[in-house]
Amino acid sequence: MADLRIDFAGIKSPNPFWLASGPPTNTAGQVMRAFEAGWGGAVWKTVGEPIVNTASRYGGIDLGPQKLMGFNNIELISDRPIEDNLREIAEVKKRFPDRAVIVSLMVESRRAAWHEMVKRTEDAGCDGLELNFGCPHGMSERGMGSAVGQVPEYATMITEWVKEVAQTPVIVKLTPNVTDVARMAQAAEQGGADAISLINTLNSLMGVDLETFAPRPAVAGKSSHGGYCGPAVKPIALHMVAACAQKVKIPISGIGGIAGWKDAAEFISLGATSLQVCTAAMHYGFRIVEDMTDGLNDYLDRKGFASLGELRGRATANVRDWGDLDLNYKIIATIDSGLCIGCHLCYVACEDGAHQCIEEYPGATSEKRIPRVIEEECVGCNLCALVCPVEGCITMREVSTGKPATTWNDRMRRVQRESGVAYTPSLWGSL
Amino acid sequence: MGLVNIAPKLAPEGYERNFAELSPRLTSQQALTEAARCLYCFDAPCIQACPTRIDVPGFIRKISSANLKGSARLILSANVLGESCGRVCPTEVLCEGACVLNGTGAKPVEIGRLQRYAVDYALDRGLRLFERGAPNGRRVACIGAGPASLACATELAQWGYEVAIYDRQALAGGLNTYGIAAYKTRAQDSLREVKMVENLGVRFHQNVVVGRDVALAQLEKNFDAILIAVGLGETWDLTLEGEALGGVIGAMAFIERTKTLPFEQVDVGRRIAVIGAGNTAIDVVTAARRLGAEIVYLIYRRDENSMPAFAYEYELAKKDGVAFLWQTQPVRILGNNGSVSGLECVRTRTLGKGRSAHVEGVPNSQFVLEIDMVVKAVGQRPVTDFLGDMRGIEIRSGQVVVNPESHQTGNPKYFAAGDCVNGGKEVVDAVAEGMRAARGIHQSLSAKKT
Repeated sequence: MADLRIDFAGIKSPNPFWLASGPPTNTAGQVMRAFEAGWGGAVWKTVGEPIVNTASRYGGIDLGPQKLMGFNNIELISDRPIEDNLREIAEVKKRFPDRAVIVSLMVESRRAAWHEMVKRTEDAGCDGLELNFGCPHGMSERGMGSAVGQVPEYATMITEWVKEVAQTPVIVKLTPNVTDVARMAQAAEQGGADAISLINTLNSLMGVDLETFAPRPAVAGKSSHGGYCGPAVKPIALHMVAACAQKVKIPISGIGGIAGWKDAAEFISLGATSLQVCTAAMHYGFRIVEDMTDGLNDYLDRKGFASLGELRGRATANVRDWGDLDLNYKIIATIDSGLCIGCHLCYVACEDGAHQCIEEYPGATSEKRIPRVIEEECVGCNLCALVCPVEGCITMREVSTGKPATTWNDRMRRVQRESGVAYTPSLWGSL
Repeated sequence: MGLVNIAPKLAPEGYERNFAELSPRLTSQQALTEAARCLYCFDAPCIQACPTRIDVPGFIRKISSANLKGSARLILSANVLGESCGRVCPTEVLCEGACVLNGTGAKPVEIGRLQRYAVDYALDRGLRLFERGAPNGRRVACIGAGPASLACATELAQWGYEVAIYDRQALAGGLNTYGIAAYKTRAQDSLREVKMVENLGVRFHQNVVVGRDVALAQLEKNFDAILIAVGLGETWDLTLEGEALGGVIGAMAFIERTKTLPFEQVDVGRRIAVIGAGNTAIDVVTAARRLGAEIVYLIYRRDENSMPAFAYEYELAKKDGVAFLWQTQPVRILGNNGSVSGLECVRTRTLGKGRSAHVEGVPNSQFVLEIDMVVKAVGQRPVTDFLGDMRGIEIRSGQVVVNPESHQTGNPKYFAAGDCVNGGKEVVDAVAEGMRAARGIHQSLSAKKT
């Protein structure tokens, strides 16, 4: 059994799985049920001056029979009085002293207001604070949420205000609705943040009812942009976590489409220390954490990692600029004729959508309709393997080019040496 | 029919239960789930496996995209009887048999049921998916109102032909209306499809026997081309002693009764022998059991492996509790007071393998089954007497000889399609031939000067 415990900027948790701030962490009853199910921590639904919510609030996108590939919401922060939230936080912490209870905060952008809220919240006995600089809807129009998180100077300033009084670790939650998320991570770090968490939700409209022309989720026939999340956003979150991990030293709580142990392990390998989950818990309930811890444990054992620390950041250094990729590395597609079922999706994908390197009916006498890769044409793009519905049927096989590894940046440096023209990787266009 | 020992009638709900659809219509949720399983193959094998070349991945994708009208249009443009084919096609050996998912160990996509689902959407709403073409002044008569004629007429009407169908039955639809097991399709299902063809302006003349009620010469005079799509005739005789006894009936006549009479009015014996082991024999034995027959024997002179019926049809009969007598040949029908009382049989043995192996009786192996009804299901004979009247039309082994591309016969004015050409195949084959014949007629008439 591997050690799943984490110490996240001083916040201790029996496992890395926290419920993210959101509807599942709205009440003590929910959070305690989650802890009973095995969650290591919870970030309390954002506390602030109570707001009024709409009906409806959530929208979903399905992919075939798979429900909620993507999910969004126009729900705001807690609609319950601050004192009720703080009283329940104290009660939960008393009942579950070993779990991490972090409180998400969103306060109007005044120093005194933040100071007061931080003190009141810490008095309730929480283990840490998460500053909600991320929500893209509703609160941002009032100068809070992502309105703060999109301006580095604001983020630094408010983080500084909080750090002036905070006794517990301060996590800054980042919005992905920016051009360069790492820049925002640095702003938080500069303000003294003990950690960052990301990603918050992405600006979105979930669709339009084509009969009534009401956008979704509809409120009396109208809608507003909301926060997009769920499995569909995971790749965006992975990229942003990796980008931040390369730029800041403070710990990262990974958020965005995490629904299983594999997702979790990927985030950790890219530098996350804790993980936050919301959509999957909203979809299936708190019980999902059992498989997450179970699967992660078995994975660590199989890899021979004694603790999560040994997994953390293993993939970070492999995320590189395009200019650092080996241009002499060559792979080509191989179709296993024994496994091929003859759907010809690889053929049409390559023919219409990629590089015309697959023949449909080589030697038309063949009984089975097995396409053939034209190896000398194959550029190794992966598309055929990606569309192939049979596991293991199309594999990308490495072939030697007989040439040493070389990258675009290597080439440009050589050009620079030979021509005397200055080259910096970020200014390729000038060449 | 002269039955003396009629099986007791069931309670009314018993009939509805017994003849309820084997494969009911999919719900929209089921259809979406099933449609999502389709891989949307390129150059898909299921299309190649369909005699009418329905664009299966195309219509399934339209189900997924909630374009049911487009899905129905795509199906019906390839096969106007897409609904009934969805119900009655042997999909296991056609589209679903070719589905690439079979190669993964998964079940194939339920193409037949999805097809029916999409077409039902259009039929339920009476959507008009096709329009009659601007009249081109040419007239075509179709003899027979079965699948081949319906398909041919649909094509021609859209191209501006005036089409008249002449049919000896009271209702149009041919075997789709009269000859398919009731738990697969009912007469009213077939008539919904007929209605679609009628909506294109095709005129149906029912209860008309060509040669009796209307002279062939008259048709030749009034029409530019004539399609012969008369199907097959009565069931072959067994040529056994006792065949004229009361209680001996042909399979097609028996099934027709189950399709045209209320179930409680279809009498069956308590103990029935059905001779033959094709798909029609299966329709008979299952119907007989479902109507209340106590013991139903299926008698076949070859062994189980040589049975012509499809495997899933055989399974159906097994589930219905039918008794199979393999390697058994009837030699005499025994009677009592003019009605069937027994069937004398012998055991057989085969020399060689397969369906063409020589069969001979085993000496001294006679035995008698006590029965009160015999159904002959040894195939239908061609309607050669009618076809023989047509000049220039060649009949070979009971089948009308046509050009396989154009379906034109030796007499250039006549075209032929369906069972009378192919000797008795599936509905979908008849549709495919009817459509080919329509193209053949169009080409032939377009080449002529008006």
